[in-house]
Amino acid sequence: MEAQYAIEMLNITKRFPGIVANDNITLQLKKGEIHALLGENGAGKSTLMSVLFGLYQPEEGTIKKDGKVVSIKDPNDANDLGIGMVHQHFKLVECFSVLDNIILGVEPNKHGFLQKKEAREKVLALSEKYGLQIDPDALIEDITVGMQQRTEILKMLYRDNEILIFDEPTAVLTPQEIEELMQIMKNLAAEGKSILFISHKLNEIMAVADRCTVLRKGKYIGTVDTKSTTMEELSAMMVGRNVNFHVEKGAAKPGEVVLNVEHMTVASKVHKNNAVRDVSFRVRAGEIVCIAGIDGNGQTELVYGLTGLEPLKEGKIELLGEDITHASIRKRSASGMSHIPEDRHKHGLVLDYSLEYNMILQRYFEPQFTNKAGFLKRKEIREYANQLIEQYDVRSGQGAVTIARSMSGGNQQKAIVAREIDKDPQLLVAVQPTRGLDVGAIEYIHKQLVAQRDAGKAVLLVSLELDEVMDVPDRILVMYEGEIVGELDPKQTTEEELGLYMAGAKRDEVKA
Amino acid sequence: MKKNLLKSSAVQSLIASLICIVLGLLIGYIVLLFINPAGAGDAIMTVIKNFFTYNRSETQLKYLGSTLVKTAPLLMCALSVLFAYKVGLFNIGAAGQYVAGACACLYAALGWGWSWLPCMLFAILAGAAFGAIVGLLKSYCNVNEVISGIMLNWIALYTTNMILTNVKEVASPYTYQMKSAGPDAILPSLGLDKLFSNNEYVTIAIPLAIIIAILVWVVLEKTKFGYELKATGFNKNAAKYCGMAERRNIILTLVIAGALAGLGGSLLYQTGYEQWQCTHSSVPNMGFNGIAATFLGGLNPIGTIFSSFFIQHITAGGAYVDKSMYCSQISDLISSLIIYLCGFVLFLKHAGCRRRRRR
Amino acid sequence: MTLLLQYTLIFASVLILVALGGCFSEHSGVINLGLEGIMVLGALGGALVMKYMPAVSPFVMILGTVLGSVLLGVLYSALLAVACINFKADQTIVGTALNMLGVAAATVIVKAINTAANPDDVSSTIQYASAKKAFLVNIGGFEFNWFMLIALIALVIAYVTLYKTKFGLRLMACGEHPQAADSVGINVYKMRWAGVLISGVLGGLGGICYILAGVSEWKFENGVAGFGFLALAVMIFGQWKPSRIALAALLFGLFRALSNVYFGFDFLVSLHIPGSVYNMLPYIISLIVLAFTSKKSRAPKAEGIPYDKGSR
Repeated sequence: MEAQYAIEMLNITKRFPGIVANDNITLQLKKGEIHALLGENGAGKSTLMSVLFGLYQPEEGTIKKDGKVVSIKDPNDANDLGIGMVHQHFKLVECFSVLDNIILGVEPNKHGFLQKKEAREKVLALSEKYGLQIDPDALIEDITVGMQQRTEILKMLYRDNEILIFDEPTAVLTPQEIEELMQIMKNLAAEGKSILFISHKLNEIMAVADRCTVLRKGKYIGTVDTKSTTMEELSAMMVGRNVNFHVEKGAAKPGEVVLNVEHMTVASKVHKNNAVRDVSFRVRAGEIVCIAGIDGNGQTELVYGLTGLEPLKEGKIELLGEDITHASIRKRSASGMSHIPEDRHKHGLVLDYSLEYNMILQRYFEPQFTNKAGFLKRKEIREYANQLIEQYDVRSGQGAVTIARSMSGGNQQKAIVAREIDKDPQLLVAVQPTRGLDVGAIEYIHKQLVAQRDAGKAVLLVSLELDEVMDVPDRILVMYEGEIVGELDPKQTTEEELGLYMAGAKRDEVKA
Repeated sequence: MKKNLLKSSAVQSLIASLICIVLGLLIGYIVLLFINPAGAGDAIMTVIKNFFTYNRSETQLKYLGSTLVKTAPLLMCALSVLFAYKVGLFNIGAAGQYVAGACACLYAALGWGWSWLPCMLFAILAGAAFGAIVGLLKSYCNVNEVISGIMLNWIALYTTNMILTNVKEVASPYTYQMKSAGPDAILPSLGLDKLFSNNEYVTIAIPLAIIIAILVWVVLEKTKFGYELKATGFNKNAAKYCGMAERRNIILTLVIAGALAGLGGSLLYQTGYEQWQCTHSSVPNMGFNGIAATFLGGLNPIGTIFSSFFIQHITAGGAYVDKSMYCSQISDLISSLIIYLCGFVLFLKHAGCRRRRRR
Repeated sequence: MTLLLQYTLIFASVLILVALGGCFSEHSGVINLGLEGIMVLGALGGALVMKYMPAVSPFVMILGTVLGSVLLGVLYSALLAVACINFKADQTIVGTALNMLGVAAATVIVKAINTAANPDDVSSTIQYASAKKAFLVNIGGFEFNWFMLIALIALVIAYVTLYKTKFGLRLMACGEHPQAADSVGINVYKMRWAGVLISGVLGGLGGICYILAGVSEWKFENGVAGFGFLALAVMIFGQWKPSRIALAALLFGLFRALSNVYFGFDFLVSLHIPGSVYNMLPYIISLIVLAFTSKKSRAPKAEGIPYDKGSR
């Protein structure tokens, strides 16, 4: 009797200090099916996959392959069981040919010498069988993202993997390439491969998957047949309805245009397509505009282009009517732009500097902190830092002289928020300002953003958190694949509708 | 919590340096044991004792003075390496910048008969010029500063040999005695020589070097410029985020680093302690020992004063070992071992930080 | 002219060997700035064999010398490997330390040997005039050195290893994208060790070849005059590819040879350029070359970055 399931993950529970990443999750992958795994950022999808690949050992639960219990201790065990994965960020050697990448690790050889001829034949046969067009001799760096992905798929097939996992495979593809990928996945399933498709794009799931398992905040929500469900139902399962917090705020009183972005295009560092494509929008004084969207849809690059960390390929940026498209970072800052960066450790702080030195990072050169001879005014810096520490309730071991590295994430973030807000900007760009913080800190930062708005400042918030997107801003712009696909009013819209936009299932023509 | 005690970075650095010294001496001792077990203990003690091997206190003082004479240039080279390292650059070119400084001051003194201050300024300029080349190549052409630094070391060496041949003694490969050919260029002693049993080579070079070490500390710790440089060295991305000019800072840093090393050349050769040998076939060790002093000093200008003295102390001490059994390079061996060990120490410190960051 | 060709070829051989060493190390992901020190130790190993081995036959002499230099080169490179791969130490500091340590250690050892043999001899020089003859074949005024052949063989082997074997493919994957290599079950640490040790083999060979190039005694206090770094410049100019490295080495070898033989050319002598200029030439050329090639250089992407299995 043949087992019905290729792989079963039964009642998996995985805890990390302070959080249950996977809470009693069951996932059963039938042979020859395409099974979608749906969930927001932080829903527990990657933890579950790490368990499957032996990177984490679950506290509870079992994994079965073909009905038999197996133990997976490291990725090599997973490989031996025929489980292969296409990672979201490809694991390909750029200066190698397609063929070399496919055979790396399992090279056919005679006395150590590569036998590429037989490898080439096998690869070409596989590519023929599954409709995966590639040029085995092309270098990875010269080919399109779609072809790179096909190389990753061939890597799995070359190793005769039976269970194929696709981790957010469409994030970096063009619509045409997505179309092709969908067809490839169907071909693979038709040939008997079992596919696990991790995604939060509802239309893709509806188009290609047979069944769909939904996770939310580490919990198993359910498994449904895609034929008997709707996108609305999936969206509801994914986002849920429980709101953790609520921001008190009055109606916005938008004033003059502070930020005007026209036709912004920014190149991507990870793939050859543009990360931001022809984006136009405005932010007015006295309003909070939120750029919503799922991670990796061009928000980071949009902010880099806006703040000057990356050059624009095309387009124009005006701040208070002044063209700052080619202005230096320092000039933008002086013109009234503040930036709470996405990665506080990479950009936001000099971790080895004291808190007081971090507090003046954007202003150290001003006469208030540096005298004419070029000496730092220690006393003024200390006073200023203490004032900010008090005003914004930044807690640390030794006050102003605490080394930033030793502070908690929430207080590090508060320090950045204090620094950027106290600069008295006309435009505050806040990128995921509450990432990784506890509820208290989140609430505090939200209040600060609203206070800035009420003080007549323009606020551009970039967020991945649905709750935050629904609650904080006055307008929502949804970004999907580098474009703004919808403008929503948080008072009018629902989370389900927002989910549809974010997942690319719905789009409007948006005028700036 | 034990973290509190170890948190003080000064304490951490001091402990790390001491471990390096002890291990370096220990390995040196083991090497000596292999060469000749009979005198190994005595020899290592000799290296550590240096001028204390003399019995009379006047003689001790005199040779302490000699050690200090060579500590001053070493300190300048160490400060040069340190200054660049604060911005994340490895100025191995300090050795060549030092040579360029020596060349400039010697030629100005012996060839043109300049007095001491212009000679010194000329040396600073020469060192700065060599540093500037490294900086320009790094920031505009992306040339690794270590490789360009090494190339410039050799270029500086051969250029110096070539130029100083014009002011060399007829019968020897050495340049003229500064005392006779360029007495104006000898650094004033302000009576300091009296303090060291009339060691004529003790000049203002020694206090000057210490003052400059303090100045470097002031620049790094108290000024806007130092604030920018250290921010760039700690976190390049954050420096960019807040609009610091990376390219300008790289060039400026290497110019200053070069100037410091160039001054080092002046501080040795303008005492008349040494003459340049125009057939030098390898770059003087001064710049490389500076690297040892930098890391041993815990990358702190004040710490570097002490570590420079220590490195010079054992280097000079090497000269006193029993030549029938060992050679003076045993001290070079120990100082290079110390640098190697310093590589590990930096790892230990960073590993601690990395672990904390990941949490 | 024959002399120029002879010197060009022998110096090019040194540069090919050492640059290939650097090439293997960097392809595995470790920047080997300690090549200079490795060369010194290799030279020491070979010189000691030449000093002590009885002259049985030229072949045995060559074999012994090669083995001696390889052995010390490999052992010494292990110091770099353990620090940079296992302890993730700063590759620049460790490389620099090894260069200084190499010269100091070789000097101490040679002086100890010399002094032990003759208490009045405090030099750091080893003489190998007679043993050196084993390496030379005189072909009509052209002094052929077996190391020219060894370099050529090393070049061919390096090319085949990098581009035609399983090992080469895996090695380069570790220098380009260690996470990718790890994800297909390759042990990155092991491959990097292999890369560094191979650089020890080739660096050691380059060291002995260098001191055999023109002279018949070597003063170890002098180290190898920045040749390890010239080799790195050759490697960068050669864009980490063996065939191009060979061409770059010939070019640099020519400039280096000029300083040995320029006085044999009337028109060069008539220019009255001091000898120091010829000495400087290889370094100046390499600076210029680096200025033009570094910007668009295709260094292995992950070189210089310690691999940490834990960071995903």
